[in-house]
Parts: sequence; C-alpha cells; structure tokens
Amino acid sequence: MEEFSQSQAKSKNAAEELQKRSHVEAAKCYQCGKCSGGCPVADYMDIMPRQVMRLVQLGLVEEALKSKAIWLCAGCSTCSVRCPKGVDIAHEMETLRIMAKERGYIPEKDIDKFHNIYIGLMKGFGRMYEPGLIVGRNVTTGHLLKDFSYGIPYLVKRKLNLLPYRPKQKDDIKRIFETAEQLMQQDLAEFREGR
Amino acid sequence: MKRVGVFICHCGTNIAASVDCAQVAENLKGYPNVVFSTDYKYMCSEPGQEMIKETIKREKLDRVVVASCSPRMHEPTFRRCIADAGLNPYLLEMANIREQCSWVHPHDMERATAKATDLVKMAVAKVSHDAPLAKSFSPVTKRALVVGGGIAGIQTAIDIANNGYQVDILEKQPSIGGKMAQIDKTFPTLDCSACILTPKMVEASSHPNINLITYAELEKVEGYVGNFDVTIRRKARSVDLNKCTGCGTCWGKCPTKVDSEFELGMTKRKAIFTPFPQAIPNKPVIDREHCLKFKTGKCGLCQKICPTGAIDYTQEDELVTTRYGAIVMATGYELFDHSVYGEYGYGKYPDVITGLHFERLINASGPTMGKIKRPSDHTEPKNVVFIKCVGSRDETKGKAYCSRTCCMYTAKQATLVREKIKDSNVYVFYMDVRTPGKGYEEFYNRTTETYGAHYIRGRVSKITQDGDKLRVRGEDTLLGRPVEIEADMVVLATAMVANADAAKIAQLVGFSYDKDDFYTESHPKLAPVETHTAGVFLAGACQGPKDIPDSVAQAGAAAVKVCALLSKDMLETEPITSEVDTKTCAGCGHCVDVCPYHAISLTTIEERLLGQTITRSVANVNTSLCQGCGACTVTCRSSSINLRHFTNEQILAEVDALCQTIQNK
Amino acid sequence: MKYAYYPGCSLDSTGIEFNLSTKAVCKALNVELWEIPDWNCCGSSSAHVTNPYLALGLPARNMAIAEEAGLDVAIPCAACYARSKNVELAVKESDDTRRKVAMMIGREYKGESKARALVDVFYHDLGTEMIKQKVQKPLKGLKVLTYYGCLFVRPTKTAFDDAENPISMDEIMTALGAEVMSWSSKTECCGASLSACKSTVGFPMIEKILDDAQKSGADCIVTACPMCMANLDMRQEQIGKKKGVHYGLPVYYITELLGIALNLPPKSLGIDRHFVPAIDLLNKIEPTTGGGGQ
Repeated sequence: MEEFSQSQAKSKNAAEELQKRSHVEAAKCYQCGKCSGGCPVADYMDIMPRQVMRLVQLGLVEEALKSKAIWLCAGCSTCSVRCPKGVDIAHEMETLRIMAKERGYIPEKDIDKFHNIYIGLMKGFGRMYEPGLIVGRNVTTGHLLKDFSYGIPYLVKRKLNLLPYRPKQKDDIKRIFETAEQLMQQDLAEFREGR
Repeated sequence: MKRVGVFICHCGTNIAASVDCAQVAENLKGYPNVVFSTDYKYMCSEPGQEMIKETIKREKLDRVVVASCSPRMHEPTFRRCIADAGLNPYLLEMANIREQCSWVHPHDMERATAKATDLVKMAVAKVSHDAPLAKSFSPVTKRALVVGGGIAGIQTAIDIANNGYQVDILEKQPSIGGKMAQIDKTFPTLDCSACILTPKMVEASSHPNINLITYAELEKVEGYVGNFDVTIRRKARSVDLNKCTGCGTCWGKCPTKVDSEFELGMTKRKAIFTPFPQAIPNKPVIDREHCLKFKTGKCGLCQKICPTGAIDYTQEDELVTTRYGAIVMATGYELFDHSVYGEYGYGKYPDVITGLHFERLINASGPTMGKIKRPSDHTEPKNVVFIKCVGSRDETKGKAYCSRTCCMYTAKQATLVREKIKDSNVYVFYMDVRTPGKGYEEFYNRTTETYGAHYIRGRVSKITQDGDKLRVRGEDTLLGRPVEIEADMVVLATAMVANADAAKIAQLVGFSYDKDDFYTESHPKLAPVETHTAGVFLAGACQGPKDIPDSVAQAGAAAVKVCALLSKDMLETEPITSEVDTKTCAGCGHCVDVCPYHAISLTTIEERLLGQTITRSVANVNTSLCQGCGACTVTCRSSSINLRHFTNEQILAEVDALCQTIQNK
Repeated sequence: MKYAYYPGCSLDSTGIEFNLSTKAVCKALNVELWEIPDWNCCGSSSAHVTNPYLALGLPARNMAIAEEAGLDVAIPCAACYARSKNVELAVKESDDTRRKVAMMIGREYKGESKARALVDVFYHDLGTEMIKQKVQKPLKGLKVLTYYGCLFVRPTKTAFDDAENPISMDEIMTALGAEVMSWSSKTECCGASLSACKSTVGFPMIEKILDDAQKSGADCIVTACPMCMANLDMRQEQIGKKKGVHYGLPVYYITELLGIALNLPPKSLGIDRHFVPAIDLLNKIEPTTGGGGQ
C-alpha cells in the first residue's frame, strides 16, 4: 500500500488545476451521499459521485480522473440541486471529464467518440446533422447497424434531412471554434504556470 | 497641573514579547501631566496592585493610567484598586496594548512599541480631562417574570419560588406544559414524559409563590434591571376562571369540531376546549375564530349548560402592567417546516410524518391510543424509515446547525417501533450519530444491537409515493452504493428552530438574538444564561436546541442568577450616561429616535427670555435606562448631548495627543 | 407579443413536429416568432464536456443576433434553452466572460436579450387564463403525465420552474382541459445521449420512466424536450420488446396538445410522424357541446 501523503503528492498538480478550473468547494462536502442516492446513473458507476467528491476533497484527483463515473454522468444536475452544502457536484464531474480527456484517460470510448463526432459535425456544418451523427458513430464505434432500423421510419416520417444544412455562417463558426480553443489553451498555460 | 501615574504591564510575555514595556514607560516620562511612569510583569497581581496603591500615596497621584489588556478584562479590578487608595474610580484610564497592539503585531517590536507609546499617551490625555463620577442606586422589585411555561419555564419558576421570591409564569397557550407534554417517552431512560412533567405542572400551579398567567402575551416592556414594567395582554378566555370548575360539560356538548393543535391535526377538539386532559389550568377557553356563537351569533349552548355560569362571551382582552425585578425568557422552540423539501414530497405525502407526530401516535392518550398506525389508512406500518437532520445541517434548505436532540429521539423512536411492532423493519438514515450525554451512547447501542434497527449512513435523496408505499432512495455511504427501501411510513427528524415570533419578542423586551433568531447569551462559556441586557436571563431551547436535561439544568442556573439579583435591596447603576445641555438643545428629537433603550424623551421647559416666560421642548435623559452607548451624542447636531466619561472634550484630547505624536514624527 | 425564435437542430430534423406545432400554435395564440437568421447549433450536450468556452460561444452567437434585433428568444428545446440561458447569465455575471464571448463571436452580447423557454413564455407571458380562453376543443378525459426531464428545472441557475415539483406544464395542461396525473418520474433524467452511446446505461433509465408512466394509469406523456421525446418515443418499442411489454404510451410535445386544443389539424402539427402512434388517442377525446371560450 502506498503511503497516503505520497498518493496526495502525486495528484498535487491535478488537484490545483481542478480547483482553478471548476471553483467547486469540494472541502464543504460532508459525504452525506444525497448526490449519489438521487443519481439516475449511480447504479452503473464504478464509484459513487460522493466518492468522486471524496477523492477530490483528499487531493487524490488523479484517481478521480481515471474513474468511469465522470464519463457516465448524464449532466442532469440532480446532485447539485439537492446538495445540502450547495456543492455543484455536476460541474465538478464535468470539469474532471474535460481534464481526463486532455490526459488521455478515456475509459468509456464509445461515449467519447459520440461527442467527438458531434463536435466535428458542429464544426463542419454549424448545425447538428443527425444522419451524420448516427452513421459517424456507427462507423467509429464498429456498431455498424445500430439504430439503423430507425433510419427508414425517420425518412418515411419525413423527420430526417438527408442533406446537411449548408451554412452561410461558416466563418463565424470557424472563429468560435478557433477562439474557444485559444482561450482554453491560454487558461491551461496559466493553470500550469509555475509548476 | 494634574498628577498622572502610568503603569505598563508585561502580561507575562503576552505584551512584553513584542512591546518593549520598559521603553514605553521611559517614553512617557516627562509627557505632560505624567509625574510617574513604570513597568511591571503582572499589574493585575496582588503585588502589582499594591505597587499602584503605594505609588498613588507616595507620589500624590490624582489620576492613573494602566496600560495592559482590554478594559473588558480588568477595568473593574483597577477601578477597585485606585478606589482603595482613595481616588475616585473613574479617574482611571486603561490603554489596551495587548489585544489592540502586541497580539496583532507580534513580529515588529519597534513599531509595536511606538504604537503602545501612542496608545498610552492618548490615555494620559484623556485621564487628564476625566472627572470624578459617582454611582447611584435604585431599588429592586422582588418579583420575577418567566416568559414561557414549558419545562424550562416551569423549572425556573419553581426554583425561584422555592427561594422565597414571587414569580409569574406567562404562557401563550391556554395551558402550561409546552412541548414536553406532547412527548411520549424520554431518552435515555424511557421514562414516561407526562409522568415526570405533570407533577411539576401541579407543583407550579399550587406553589404559593407562583402565579400562572396563561393564554396571555407580552405586550410591552419598559424600565430596567430591578424595575421592569411589563404589560401583559390577557387574551379573552370567554370563561371565568374563578367560576369554572373544569367539569367538561361544555366541551362535551359543543357542536363545533376543529383540528387539535396538541394532536397536530390528527384528531379534533371542540371550539371550547382544553388542549389536553392534564392541562393546567384545567379550564377551557373558547376559540373565537371557530366558535359558532362568535361566527354567527347563534348557538350559545355552552353558556346554557354551564352549571356554574362561567361562560362569558363579553370578556375582552385585558392589559395588565406589573413591575418585575428580573425577566427569564423560556419561550422554547418550534419544529422546522419540512414542506420546503420537494424531494421529500413538500409535506404532502400523508405517511411522511415528523418526530413529534410520531410521539403522538405512540402515546397511549394520543389519537391512536398508542397503536402505531399510518395516517393515510390507519394500518400498522411494517417498514418504517427514519430520516435524521431534516432541516438541520443543511445550508441550502434549512439551518447550518445541528439540532442536538434528534439523534437520541430517533434512536428512542426506532426502539419503540421495534418494541411495539415485532415483525417490523426499522431503517434509520443518518450522517453521524451524536450521543454526547450520560447514558446516550449506551442507549444508541441498544437500539442497533438489542432492537435491531438498521442504521444506514446517508442522507435520503428522494421519497416518492408509489401506490400506498413510499419509495425511499439514498446511498449507503458505507457500502458505497444506492439503496432503495419500500416503506410504509417515514418519520422525519425535523430541526429545532426558533419560534416564528422570537425576534419580535426579543426586540420588544430589548436583548439580542443570533442569525437563526435564537437568543444570544452574554458569554458562550462564562455567562450562558445571561443576556447582554442586565436583568434578562435565558432558559431552555429559546437560546439554542436543547434536550430536556439541558433545559432543566439551564433553568436552575437562570433561577440562581435571578435570586442573586432579587436578594439585593438596592442596585448600583453606572454613572456613564448621557446628559443634555438644555441651553443649546433645539429639541429636534433625533436623539429620541436613535436611542436603543428608549431612555430619551422630549420635555417642555420654561425659561425667561427678554422679560417674558416662554416654553420650549428639550431632550431629557432617564439615567436609569441609559446604557451609555453614545448613539445620541453623535446624532446631536448642536453637540448639546454629551456622554459622561466619554465627553467630546475627553475624546478630542485623545485625538490631539495622537495627532501631536504624528506631527512630531 | 414578439420573440426571436431559436428552433435548434433537433427541431430541424428528428423533432420536426415540435417545430411545426410551435409555429402553428404561436400563430393561433398571436405570438409572433422571428426565426433567428442563419442560426447555429447551441453546442448542446457535447460542447460543455469538451471545452467550456465553446459552450459559451456557440449559443452566444444566436443570442447576439437576437439582441441586435432587440428581442428575447423563445426556445422550445430544453437543452438549447439551458445552454442559451447559461451564456446569458455568464455574460451578465462577469465582464471577463463578456469580453471572451465577444472575441469568439466577433460581436457584442451583453445578456440583454434573454433566453426564454417556450413553455415559460406560455406559462408566464401568456398565462394559463389566456390560454384557457382560446381553447376550442378541451382535452376532456385525456389523462396526461407531464414530463419535464432535467434542463427546464436544473441546474437552479438556469431553471424556470421548481426542481422537485414543477407545475408550469401541469397548469397549461389543466387549462387545456386534460387531467394531469401524478407520478414519480416527473423530473427524472432520461439519460439523454446515453441511449445512443452507452445503451446498457441509457436504456434502463428510459425503461424506469416508462414503467412509472405505465403504473400511473395515464394515457400519454407530455414533454417539451426533443431529446426526451426521442428516448421515450423512438426507443419505446425496442425497450418494451426486450422485456415483453407493450407500453403503447404516446408521447406528445406540449405544443402538439396545445394545437389539438386550439382545434388545429393533427397533421399540421406533425402528430402523424411519431413512432408510437399518437393520432388514435386524440380521436378518443370526448366531444364537448358548445366548445371554445368558456
């Protein structure tokens, strides 16, 4: 077993970065579990949202970053609205997930791919293009025929546009994506400064 | 030329570690009016005080400055000391070079020493302008008022009365008894609550020194320690207490049924009623809001059948003013309203009840004769869930504090469910189990070990109504997984909160309360039953959540304080009060508005002007009420009001002293 | 009454009936909608788990266009609403955020133009009394479950209704003459995209909601979120089949039922495009004598 302060020391950088990025007051958490008791995904998580908060509270952020829980979180915020200490658990989960992805900790590959495709389509078309999302997901995840059965009825019901939207605001979208990336990189440089 | 002596205290190393005390004493030598200056390790010690006394005589000092700790700590000590040496005690100034200098500047001796020197020079400047003042005396009315007739109030009154003083208990409800009367059993002994309370109630009502004033409220409080003039509104009871025998014929025949407050709406009472069978006085009141006679003018049945002719529909509220030497606040608490918890059903699920409801359900004289039955369908619950900390330890929807009693009463209730319903399952959701009382931990251990209550560490996230069941979902944080329990009944341990009118009453009487509206004690450790207002004391849960043993202990403590006060014939009053210069006072009345103690009023004076007699309005200070806060002096536009011992002249002398030292730098 | 209108991506495809019915109903209620020209995706559930700035920039562009037109924005979709509301509050809260948002979208957005959920517009701006006046065909005898899901009621910052027991849709449905049933999944999460990318987790979440709905004895579910609709409507048969249950629970957009009560033809509202057949139930609504403006 690793000595405790050693484990904490290994997570020191990540812990500081998390605090700067999320501003969530994890120290306030008194581990009542009301978050996890009401979490609709808790049954499928490897550790409870409460335990994610506990890891953060103790500075064992590297461990939290490697959990599946932060990827399974549906972002419904039930935990945050019920927290008796006013801790925004959902926001902490979201921030951890962004940080995990940056570090290449991606235990839920399919979930990650889905969002990558989504972002890619947005970047390309400025709008969501649902056939592209389904096909793209199936191709990248290898579940080639998943949800295919919905495609035909969708078409019959005139619910899918086969052709993507042709954006007139292409430059605007490009600018948003590029600037958002720059701002993020700027922040990261700031967070990691002086290490 | 004044003859001021300066005494610099080291306070061991408290001051001397960061202030060069000898240097300060040296710096003061030759300062205007200073004829003697020295330092010493402990000025408050016996040798220190002796040194001051000897120096006063030897050097013929007429004023003294002691530079040491806060005057809150030792001003009385040094005033006594110089008075022993023949000086007027108000010719003393203290320079606070500990809290306001050494403790806050621990790492810079040079500057801390310079600051201490400045502080002492200011004190010298002020003391040079101080005038001798004399205390005055006021008589003490040897009667106490206890506000609130629950267990804390009853115990306080009995203890005061047994010491030979007259005491009145003022109770808002028609009967004394309070919350304890509603409780079934008490922890950790499982004594029957009523069995130990009712003898106390009887003792209070039959004690020759105790006078019960029930169904009455505080209306106005004037005066000051030793002499409070309290006006009480005796609400119209519509029943003549002298004639009524409490036979019960009236409420037997009354046709109007109303939800019983005592039974928390689980049964009905009549419009003419006593709150519960053991009520004291055991004589009814008419609830005019619901009584047919008062609503429609018809009925009048109770009057017709009353064998003693005690029913009087024409009674009116009565205002009675009585003088008391001391007041004890024992107004108790309320339970947190859990309807703010949407996740627990907003108070709308019938089988989600509070701990107090449970007390009535399990009480042999309660609505179910002591059989535990669900409010919805009157069946016996098999799976019972208890949830602790509902409204307590919850910053977002409730109170940040711990209510202190819930852990124990929940353990008691869990035990009673297991005892009464053999095939029941009891689940207690908790965050911590707090049992800091004699026999408390042992009691909790029996709840889990002997009675088999299942304690689940976690706060319940949601209760949903599912048909006639309640689904309770939370996390077992020790297992680290969600749990869901299908319950027949859920009991919420709701927080103890201050009464809704607690702040209003505190303002009316004139003492302070905290952010949660609990009454503030004068010192959390050393003066737990006093308030900041002299002559007003605290007992029971109005000061903060408390169980019965603690309330009773505090009641005894408050009673001792009251008796100590009432044992005196005369009280010394502080001479540090405001005075008005009527020559320049324009009678604008701003000081009247700002005075928190209602000590200032406008009076009319007559004076001769150019051969004619004219009248004009000027401010007048009642020095018995004045607490010397100084709010009036800074409000006065013409500087016509001055606070003795803190006059404008004295304070400006201090400012001048400080400015001069700055100038010299 | 005039609002900028942000339909969002779903309403352009899988949620087309929400778009059709919104436009039809608003017209009938004299609510003028000005569709934001050349609007873009709000970033929805992917941007904020990728880059927080992206989650601000994308909706900010739409909001800024509306602000330039001096209009608040009516948004039918719950996710689009929450994302747009979030940027509105963020730029009002911090000058720094406002500057960064301006950098991303190349124009100013001050948060003056407000993001409004369409349900909120109906509930607060029109009011249930006004809606009641307009009802031509009361939904008498229709037992409905209102399903709010997450993003109208959580997080607290962006919510417009109560987190545990919201009532805006309930009161609108009551005004339409429907019977609103109580159930425990009113604000439970449907799992959103988990059904698409992690069905072992997403499907049981939907299943629980459908089970609760079935137990309640209601005829149908009403929602105002295209994601919830897709999960409850499109996935319903598949989830039922797996456990041998036929739920047969039509799911409606609130605007569809509003349209029916305003006596608009079901096809013009897109009700024929659902996966779970939804027209037959509406044919069963008891005819009322007189009709309208009671």
